[in-house]
Amino acid sequence: MIKKPVIRADEAAAKIRPGDVVHLGGFLGCGCPDAIVKALVAAGTKGLTLVCNDTGIFNEEKGRSTGPAPLIKQKAFKTMIVSHIGTNPETQRQMNSGESEVLLVPQGTLAERVRAAGNGLGGVLTPTGVGTEVEQGKQKIRLNGKDFLLEEALPGNVALIKAKKADEAGNLVYAKTARNFNPLMASACTVVIAEVEELVAIGSIDPDQVHTPSIFVDYIVMAE
Amino acid sequence: MIEYVENKEIIARRIARFFRSGDVVNLGIGLPTMVGNFVPPEVTVILQSENGMMGLGPAPEKGKGDKDLTNAGGMPVTVLPGGCFFDSAESFGIIRGGHVDFTVLGVLEVDQEGNLANYKIPGKMVPGMGGAMDLVAGSKKVIAATTHLEKSGASKLKRLCTLPLTAAHEVDIVVTDVGYFSVSGGKFRLEECFAPYTPEWILASTDADIAVADDCGIFE
Repeated sequence: MIKKPVIRADEAAAKIRPGDVVHLGGFLGCGCPDAIVKALVAAGTKGLTLVCNDTGIFNEEKGRSTGPAPLIKQKAFKTMIVSHIGTNPETQRQMNSGESEVLLVPQGTLAERVRAAGNGLGGVLTPTGVGTEVEQGKQKIRLNGKDFLLEEALPGNVALIKAKKADEAGNLVYAKTARNFNPLMASACTVVIAEVEELVAIGSIDPDQVHTPSIFVDYIVMAE
Repeated sequence: MIEYVENKEIIARRIARFFRSGDVVNLGIGLPTMVGNFVPPEVTVILQSENGMMGLGPAPEKGKGDKDLTNAGGMPVTVLPGGCFFDSAESFGIIRGGHVDFTVLGVLEVDQEGNLANYKIPGKMVPGMGGAMDLVAGSKKVIAATTHLEKSGASKLKRLCTLPLTAAHEVDIVVTDVGYFSVSGGKFRLEECFAPYTPEWILASTDADIAVADDCGIFE
């Protein structure tokens, strides 16, 4: 097995260019590659498109800023494609002022659009959103007496994901609910950077226990 | 003369009685989460959390939380023996695939056509739908949990929702703090009154068409 390069968080951040579509793992910050986010904040890269479950938790009074929230605070994203922004008032402010565009996608649809991108599918048919604003501008397809919306695949340039453990080949194991969107995003982007808490020798992870096959992973960054 | 007093506990207590052992249940954030506290001890439900787990357990002791184990509201939780974890695609496959028996959600508006609005007040508040649209479209039974009246005294039950919909024609049951309603045939049907409210009070206080069930019961 080929070993994957282990790089520093700032080297990971340098691989992200203005205009990139960045898939960021995590659910309200749980399972987010925080060290890479921190380095990307320091790099100051702008004009990005975010694909993430949510825009993190941002609470200035409590000094809490999780998931992509530190990047949103410095206006790194021109567009955010997410399912929920209710725990980040800064996202709402930027959306209302027109500083950034927010495209809200039902969470299950977002997961399937990401999965489709990594699985060679043009899109998926889902009943979610029929009869709501979500169906606007989309093809509605009737199959066996039921309406579905055609939701297109959502690929990215770079996936920033978080795992509990990797072997040196890049096989990943996630922990508990920190898995969420991470394995889906690993399949959907040209470059995949996995931040991990533990790095073990090839052969130390039982092949039956691997969540994300090593072939999806290009670089490994150690968590802080 | 009955005076309306908000009572979230009775809503949670009544909803908990719908469940049978083995039911897979997803509880939304806020009032719906309270339902978990009132499930009778002889009933074992399997709580699903859309961020990727089955077998959701109670909150951990303070300071004992695991950063990798949260509920869909980002709060620390525990996992019960026999529980399991999965990614977001599988989680919503479970939801859309009809493998969740009950979903319980909060409400901004719910109408007699079974339409639900709970994710957006244009120009005011846009938290986003999160997993709600999938949950409402995919679960076998959708229970809307809401106080009966707004602080202003306006009815939360409507003839027709005015806010953007989370889903159309999907709500099966509405439980408020004055009664339990089923939704069918373009009407609410009052199935139970919660003491001290009477069918007469409920009809007079609700801006929607309500049929009173012949066997309308009383829940205390």
